[in-house]
Amino acid sequence: MAKQLLKGNEAIAEAAIRAGVQAYFGYPITPQTELLEYMARRMPELGRVFLQAESELAAINMVYGAACTGRRVMTSSSSPGVSLMQEGLSYIAASEVPCVIVDVMRGGPGLGNIAPAQGDYTQIVKGGGHGDYRMIVLAPATVQEAVDLTRLAFDLADKYRMIAVVLLDGSLGQMMEPAELPPFADGAALGTPPAWALTGAQGRPKNVVTSIHLVPEDEEQFNQQLQARYAEIARTEVRCHEYATADADLIVVGFGTAGRVAQTAVKQARAQGLKAGLLRPITLFPFPEQRLAELARQARGFLVVEMNAGQMVDDVRLAVSGQGRGGLTPAVRFYGRMGGIVPLPDEVLGALKALAETAGHTPQPSPVSCLPLDGGPVAR
Amino acid sequence: MQTDLIISGFGGQGALFAGQILAYAAMDEGLHVTWIPSYGPEMRGGTAHCTVVISDDEIGSPLVRNPAAAIVLNQPSLDKYEPLMAAGGVLVVNSSLIPRRPQRTDLRVVEVPANALAEELGNVRLANVVAVGALVAAAGVLSVEAVERALAAHLPERHKHLLPANSQALRRGAALAAAALA
Amino acid sequence: MLADVVLEPEITYTRPAALADTYTHYCPGCTHGVAHKLVAEVIDELGLRERTIGVAPVGCAVFAYNYFNVDFAEAAHGRAPAMATGIKRVLPDQMVFTYQGDGDLASIGLGEITHVAARGENLTVIFVNNAIYGMTGGQMAPTTLPGQKTASSPCGRDVEATGLPLRMAELLAGLPGTAYAVRRSLHNVKEINRAKKAIRTAFQVQQAGLGFALVELLSSCPTNWGLPPLDALKWIEDQMLPYYPLGDYKVADGVEQL
Ligand SMILES: Cc1ncc(C[n+]2csc(CCOP(=O)(O)OP(=O)(O)O)c2C)c(N)n1
Repeated sequence: MAKQLLKGNEAIAEAAIRAGVQAYFGYPITPQTELLEYMARRMPELGRVFLQAESELAAINMVYGAACTGRRVMTSSSSPGVSLMQEGLSYIAASEVPCVIVDVMRGGPGLGNIAPAQGDYTQIVKGGGHGDYRMIVLAPATVQEAVDLTRLAFDLADKYRMIAVVLLDGSLGQMMEPAELPPFADGAALGTPPAWALTGAQGRPKNVVTSIHLVPEDEEQFNQQLQARYAEIARTEVRCHEYATADADLIVVGFGTAGRVAQTAVKQARAQGLKAGLLRPITLFPFPEQRLAELARQARGFLVVEMNAGQMVDDVRLAVSGQGRGGLTPAVRFYGRMGGIVPLPDEVLGALKALAETAGHTPQPSPVSCLPLDGGPVAR
Repeated sequence: MQTDLIISGFGGQGALFAGQILAYAAMDEGLHVTWIPSYGPEMRGGTAHCTVVISDDEIGSPLVRNPAAAIVLNQPSLDKYEPLMAAGGVLVVNSSLIPRRPQRTDLRVVEVPANALAEELGNVRLANVVAVGALVAAAGVLSVEAVERALAAHLPERHKHLLPANSQALRRGAALAAAALA
Repeated sequence: MLADVVLEPEITYTRPAALADTYTHYCPGCTHGVAHKLVAEVIDELGLRERTIGVAPVGCAVFAYNYFNVDFAEAAHGRAPAMATGIKRVLPDQMVFTYQGDGDLASIGLGEITHVAARGENLTVIFVNNAIYGMTGGQMAPTTLPGQKTASSPCGRDVEATGLPLRMAELLAGLPGTAYAVRRSLHNVKEINRAKKAIRTAFQVQQAGLGFALVELLSSCPTNWGLPPLDALKWIEDQMLPYYPLGDYKVADGVEQL
């Protein structure tokens, strides 16, 4: 197939259709609405299910139900809508039914605005709902990656019976870029629902999909099972994109659009003689902590660039902590923009230069001090 | 080689579409390209702009602070982008709607009465295409022929009958720019 | 003597004090502005400007707080009635009203609106029904008419798949806590005047502590209907009125006497 000029949101929708999604449930919200509108047109043409839910709360529960049938199903939304889905996500994760969620992030918190942001890292990667669950999180930086990772999301969701999230910001949802769509997935392979699916207990013992384990020991054992699966994924499914890291002693880390912008800054830094490199995580869970730890051995400093107040930076700190030469911790700095503003390369370059001037292999003192428990006046 | 440009105007002036034409042409020429629109909650009356980056190499940032080229279709767009342009950049100004001249002396300014020319061609909505013609000729980023081919290949079927008028608009804009910068 | 006659210019209209002197972001021809004006006039006439608290929705009216000169809060999508409940329970002497669109009230917020009515919460709700999601660019609302084309029902609303539009005034009239539930329209001057009377009654119901009061207003959305403003008003009359008859669906005991 030749390349087509595709808009991020629509490319994801078509990629999902080609991945064999049988049902889509969603609720309008900017900046992901083109995805819903594309599904409204295309799904009925193909005899598949499109339904505009009355809310995101309903949408995620429709997804929950449809996923119980073992078919490929999905929803898409943007930050405030995803907040509303958190209850459902916890239930789906605990029920071990696969589905795909697309979150086209916008500025927050609260109603915020519709401009591009990455403020959902914590609620998606760490789990915004209750309990110890994880979702596979894929973060594209180009429209082509959005297409490829949408297909991968369905495959991984099925493979691990988990929720897979495609996490991008509003600018990538709205952006057009040449991309190649994959062929339609093999319908026959998708046609047979897995053994656990609810399909009517015809000629077999009944199947049950549930998230309740009343006996604490059972619940704990179930949790251990989940954790074992997450650990397996952490070993086998890490993906990241690297640029000029081979000899780099300054590493920029950013995902999605922030990572892409940072790549330009790294290029400019190289032109100015800095040994800079980029690590752009593609999977946010599992997180490329191993690779970061390796890079910590050669790097004197890390710069984490995000479109939020610093959410992923904590994971980078953990990954490189004590991993530098002599068991020291390389400097980890943060540069971020909030409110729906995309950092531009010159800003990242500035932060990178500042890092270059100061970073050596020195232990980082903790900048946080605590208030005493017995009070003292608390400023309001 | 990388060229980044901004096209800006009132909603309805076709700034976003103008950017898409360039993006299609770049893609068809085998180049890397990104197109990012402004998008807003207000349905009517706002300004619209898009950023297009064209490169023969993988594109990092799809957004730019100091564009190398710009088309400004209305006065607020000129006010906003003139100070941001990179030195030596190409600035195409729709002089039909913009009474003032750009003040910077380090830009290559092409003033095009885009609305008037489009009206001469019988359709004021071609003003954006006239401006694209001027930009392409002045910035040398793509050939007029490449843009023409892109129009032929990607205009929606229901607009195909407008192709000759689009080509004319493109060429008028290009000729004007060539003359202005000669 | 002629010179003694001082002609005092007669002031026939002033902007209500409850309405801010500012531009709005509404599209040309949209009747949200008319609804705002009516609510502001009623607040003025009842002398409530300094003891009214409004709750804005998520929808085109999200910035309503910029247009009213009264205290205002901005709710999450659909949750204005719950938020208003919180305000009213703590400050029962304040006049609390929500101003909501049809996606906000009848879709994502159907649970909240139903329960404030069921509880007979002492609130006034101004419900703007324009048969579409305005702010997000014209998708199907629960009030979208059968066959109506929208961005998410591109072939027209298929009632086999999506059911029939909700008639909220009728639905909420069926709940015991509802004291007042009526439907009015904003498509011509006569109906606008009737709408104003109903809004006034809905605030008086709250003042008298009679319970939940709702005024549904049929409203135009020229931009997302793809119609010029005048045609949009005509569309209300021709298309919306037959499905959404104007009328009083619940007028509880005591309301007539107000
Ligand atoms: C949880 C959540 N989901 C979705 C949205 C996006 N959203 C904003 S306004 C709106 C619909 C508004 O339509 P309506 O209530 O009919 O009011 P109108 O704009 O037509 O006045 C939606 C879906 C949101 N802000 N929050």
